Amino acid sequence: MANLTSDFIGIKSPNPFWLASAPPTDKEYNVRRAFQAGWGGVVWKTLGSEGPPIVNVNGPRYGAIWGADRRLLGLNNIELITDRPLEVNLREIKAVKRDYKDRAMVVSLMVPCDEDSWKAILRHVEETEADGVELNFGCPHGMAERGMGSAVGQVPEYIEMVTRWVKQNSRMPCIVKLTPNISDIRRPAEAAKRGGADAVSLINTINSITSVNLDDFSPEPMIDGKGTHGGYCGPAVKPIALNMVAEIARNPATHGLPISGIGGVTTWRDAAEFMALGAGNVQVCTAVMTYGFKIVQEMISGLSQYLDDKQMALPDLIGRAVPNVTDWQYLNLNYVTKAQIDQDACIKCGRCYAACEDTSHQAIAMSPDRVFTVKDEDCVACNLCVNVCPVENCITMVEMPKGKVDPRTGTPVGDYANWTTHPNNPSAQAAE
Amino acid sequence: MTNSPLTPGIVPGRLPADRIVANFADHEGALDRHEAQVAADRCYFCHDAPCIAACPTGIDIPLFIRQIATGTAQAAATTIWAQNILGGMCARVCPTETLCEQACVREAAEGKPVEIGRLQRFATDTAMASGLHPFTRAARTGKSVAVVGAGPAGLSCAHRLALHGHDVVVYERRAKPGGLNEYGIASYKTTGNFAQAEVDWLLKIGGIAVKTGVELGRDITLDGLLASHDAVFLGIGLGGVNALRAGGEDKDGVTNAVDFIATLRQTADLTTLPVGRDVVVIGGGMTAVDAAVQSRLLGAENVTIVYRRGQEKMSASGYEQDHATSAGVRIICNAAPVAVHGNGAVREVEFAYTVDVPDGLTLTAETFLLKADQVFKAIGQTLTGAPEAATVTGGKITALPSRVWAGGDCAAGGEDLTVTAVAQGRDAAEQIHSFLRG
Repeated sequence: MANLTSDFIGIKSPNPFWLASAPPTDKEYNVRRAFQAGWGGVVWKTLGSEGPPIVNVNGPRYGAIWGADRRLLGLNNIELITDRPLEVNLREIKAVKRDYKDRAMVVSLMVPCDEDSWKAILRHVEETEADGVELNFGCPHGMAERGMGSAVGQVPEYIEMVTRWVKQNSRMPCIVKLTPNISDIRRPAEAAKRGGADAVSLINTINSITSVNLDDFSPEPMIDGKGTHGGYCGPAVKPIALNMVAEIARNPATHGLPISGIGGVTTWRDAAEFMALGAGNVQVCTAVMTYGFKIVQEMISGLSQYLDDKQMALPDLIGRAVPNVTDWQYLNLNYVTKAQIDQDACIKCGRCYAACEDTSHQAIAMSPDRVFTVKDEDCVACNLCVNVCPVENCITMVEMPKGKVDPRTGTPVGDYANWTTHPNNPSAQAAE
Repeated sequence: MTNSPLTPGIVPGRLPADRIVANFADHEGALDRHEAQVAADRCYFCHDAPCIAACPTGIDIPLFIRQIATGTAQAAATTIWAQNILGGMCARVCPTETLCEQACVREAAEGKPVEIGRLQRFATDTAMASGLHPFTRAARTGKSVAVVGAGPAGLSCAHRLALHGHDVVVYERRAKPGGLNEYGIASYKTTGNFAQAEVDWLLKIGGIAVKTGVELGRDITLDGLLASHDAVFLGIGLGGVNALRAGGEDKDGVTNAVDFIATLRQTADLTTLPVGRDVVVIGGGMTAVDAAVQSRLLGAENVTIVYRRGQEKMSASGYEQDHATSAGVRIICNAAPVAVHGNGAVREVEFAYTVDVPDGLTLTAETFLLKADQVFKAIGQTLTGAPEAATVTGGKITALPSRVWAGGDCAAGGEDLTVTAVAQGRDAAEQIHSFLRG
């Protein structure tokens, strides 16, 4: 069994699976149960300043979208940071950490944008002997309107300023949690790095309205006939998160900056994908809110089996796919594939035909007895048929060998060539 | 009541009343909203879907399932009824395992088709319960059409004709409309008096008068109908039953399975319905299964279906055969009756084993006896009472004089199924409509 022991910016944990700062990590009872279930670490739900705790709504705080069989695909929330007294949270953090020295205990923080507020909270956290802090610059609802959360995360200068305060006033490792509600994720990551952050974590939730009640005409979740935007998370946001992680990982200005990957991680496979794109570990929330803490057992066994099968150690996985993330202009335009339908596997549903005929390139033929075949002379290899086919591996994209004539273009498959040298590109550079 | 399954002879009340009520409860059960949602989620919404082609009425199955999946069962029912006005009954009695569900690509993919029949029932039941009848009659044309027979073919034809604005008079020889839906299908497939409820619902279109107790050839003639109507549709079904052609067939206790089923369907209190201790059903179709299973449900101790050819040739589907055997019915194949023995009443039936050779079915010398106090003949129905003007070929109406159409079991084409009758009635109505418009 592969060794999953993780060292993320000096914070050690028995596996790279942490629970994200969120409802599951809001109190001692939950966190103890999470550790008993096997989670490697937690980021304790965001603490605010001393004083009266913030309040939450007393109606529904979550909304959801579902796939077939009511499988939860996306969750949205309008919950704020912890609504429990600061001293209670601090006492519980200390108690749990004392009993679970081998697990990662990171504390998420969100206080007003002045140095004194940060100094004060950092002092309290250090007394708990927690392993580090995570700066919540991400939450897009409620707190943002009070000048915190994503209101900070959307202004790189603020990120840099606050991060610097934290590093100057504490020896604890500092993770900056980024909001995806921004046009270019590289800028806040660069700012965090300039401010001295040890790592970034992303993504926080995406601004969203999950649904509209068509009887009451209110966004959902609905509070007394009204609704507001909330933070979207769960499997549906994973592709957005993967891209943002990859952008930071391959950006020269932030390359090598440790990343804690967040966003729809549900299985070991999701975790492995984040790590391959540069995440040193992952944080999970929606999956445990859907299925409970036990899923970590599958994540541990799955990642172990994968690493064993690949004969890789955990550090070998981290960032392994980053060199293969490139810009469109460098993609090989002479890489030619054609869809191929396995007639034995085909169940004759015709979805490939409908998709190709109605919305793509009319490259699939249908016989009267429902045999579906690809017309190589029309197939542009778009992959839509593969994506809509209900049978896995029934349709595959087969690479044409070099030198063979592509029946669609009438030209032989050539060597690597990309857009930068393509004759249709007005700013093409002459090939050497 | 002191009778039990062991009581000799043909007697009622072999089981306690509550057992009989439970035995005849809704066989398959309705899907609730959640179950329908889960079942509907499995549909792939195939292009030019094979299930549609496999449905004799051509219901747009992927569309109605998608309408269920998106929470609009009424719209789903409208899609169904546009093609099949008796979609509620067909959802209950269609052999879906040999029609739409056999064609379902998920049958090919994993041996588990989308539950099309049960989803159709969910849609039509939900819509009927809401009082929906989504059809509005066209302006009256002043034309009048006679429909003979208020079975699935006649009702389907009548509704479509009324929809187009024609006035329709339905003549039915029995006391109630519905045909085999009312008199000829196993009770547990259509509980709660559904057949009559569906007829009442269908007649909401207006413009249809139903005259019961009127028989063609006895009370009315084709010429008479042609004189008083602009067109005539014959949906008279198959009124006769094939004979066993075995000695002793006239003994007491030997009856037609269709008559037993009809009596059962019209008996409000099934504890009063007599059934034998040892029941033998001769035949291999749905009627044989319905008679045999219901005999068991009434408390018969031993029920045996005997079919003269191999099991693979039984016209009852595999699903129906499994249902029979799980109800405790024994199925014997490759045996044909040669004599019915007994002194006045049947005591036993003698069978000879058969071999199915290219020249035809041949009896072997090997025989066996089955104890029997009740024998049901279910070896097929025959056309009776067809008007002289009709050409009958191979036991089916194949040609008709001008202004006369036919459909359902009495007419050639397709299997003898409710759904086929509905399709033929509907299509004949469209032809009649074209004809009447000129």
